[in-house]
Amino acid sequence: MAFDKAEAKSVISSPIFDNNPIALQVLGICSALAVTSKMDKALVMSIALTVVVAMSNLLISLIRNHIPSSIRIIVQMTIIASLVIVVDQVLKAYAYEIAKQLSVFVGLIITNCIVMGRAEAYAMKNGPGMSFLDGIGNGLGYSALLLAVGFIRELFGSGSVFGYTILEPIRDGGWYQTNGLLVLPPSAFFIIGLLIWALRTWKKDQVEAA
Amino acid sequence: MEAYISLFVRSVFIENMALSAFLGMCTFLAVSKKIQTAMGLGVAVIVVQAITVPVNNLLFNYILREGALDWAGLSQVDLSFLGLICYIGVIAAIVQILEMTLDKFFPALYNALGIFLPLITVNCAILGGTLFMVERDYQFGESVVYGLGSGFGWALAIVALAGIREKMKYSDVPDGLRGLGITFITVGLMALGFMSFTGVQL
Repeated sequence: MAFDKAEAKSVISSPIFDNNPIALQVLGICSALAVTSKMDKALVMSIALTVVVAMSNLLISLIRNHIPSSIRIIVQMTIIASLVIVVDQVLKAYAYEIAKQLSVFVGLIITNCIVMGRAEAYAMKNGPGMSFLDGIGNGLGYSALLLAVGFIRELFGSGSVFGYTILEPIRDGGWYQTNGLLVLPPSAFFIIGLLIWALRTWKKDQVEAA
Repeated sequence: MEAYISLFVRSVFIENMALSAFLGMCTFLAVSKKIQTAMGLGVAVIVVQAITVPVNNLLFNYILREGALDWAGLSQVDLSFLGLICYIGVIAAIVQILEMTLDKFFPALYNALGIFLPLITVNCAILGGTLFMVERDYQFGESVVYGLGSGFGWALAIVALAGIREKMKYSDVPDGLRGLGITFITVGLMALGFMSFTGVQL
């Protein structure tokens, strides 16, 4: 399989800033909000999603010429659902505590629009190699935003990163007054809103028309 | 009876699908520009949710759960790992059937709902409702009430957001925040408002 290195690079890197699945394409927001209160949850979720998007893109692209277009949604759904079941079982076996905290959100990767969206928009038209890379790129774009939000929420909300204390909170005898709002789910909305603002101030062409 | 009413109120307000569990966000943000369309989608979600949650409840209790196949003489079998793929299959099938039924018998409603019906298959609120139902181990009666309530709560939230966004046309939003950004912040404020319900004891 011969493919252009430059193209491969752009397929991976463009979803991270230029065409971020969450900030620009408005895909897969549900999980982005609910699992970002702690970095470790956000990290596990990002890995799970990246694996699923990359594999589903690869598999769907491999059989894209054999799928009749009238039932393609069902076929894609079945492939994605099977992959998610595998991920779910692996998490339950090796990371039970985190799997429990993520509760239904691993299962909800099935209906995460990023997976379906990329399968439909990219994997149905492109070869397996490039589709795989596109999946990884979009997974990374999702992860970047998720980890950024998770970092802000955990650092300022509970004064730690990955469970390690950075800012010593007052209740443990330190000096940092934890910001309770950031532990609550609505704060994720504000942070994503502000991140989008920052991103669009930097990349002017993403500003929406009034 | 009282238990059902409090479950209904809880699933509409306290555990609102959109504003406290953040499910169905993609459509929630994308289809909330006009009250009219938001209303159509809301109704469609209520109907689908009220059907799929009880159906999946039966599926889980009589086929998938550990020991549920007792009636077939297979008491050792635990099929719960097949849950995800079954639920999404059921949801897709029910949406499809609903679409065909509406098209045949209620063409006016079918035209009003338009493209929203097929979109509902990939709405996380629907699958999320089913997964919460399984996780909390609801009985059949409870699942009917929960399906109805969670669908209603989602519809309420999207209509409210659409109302706010219609008014927002008149406000002067900074360039980079326009569109998606300000919508996020609005929803955040709405979610804060809904959090005040968490203090309600039922």
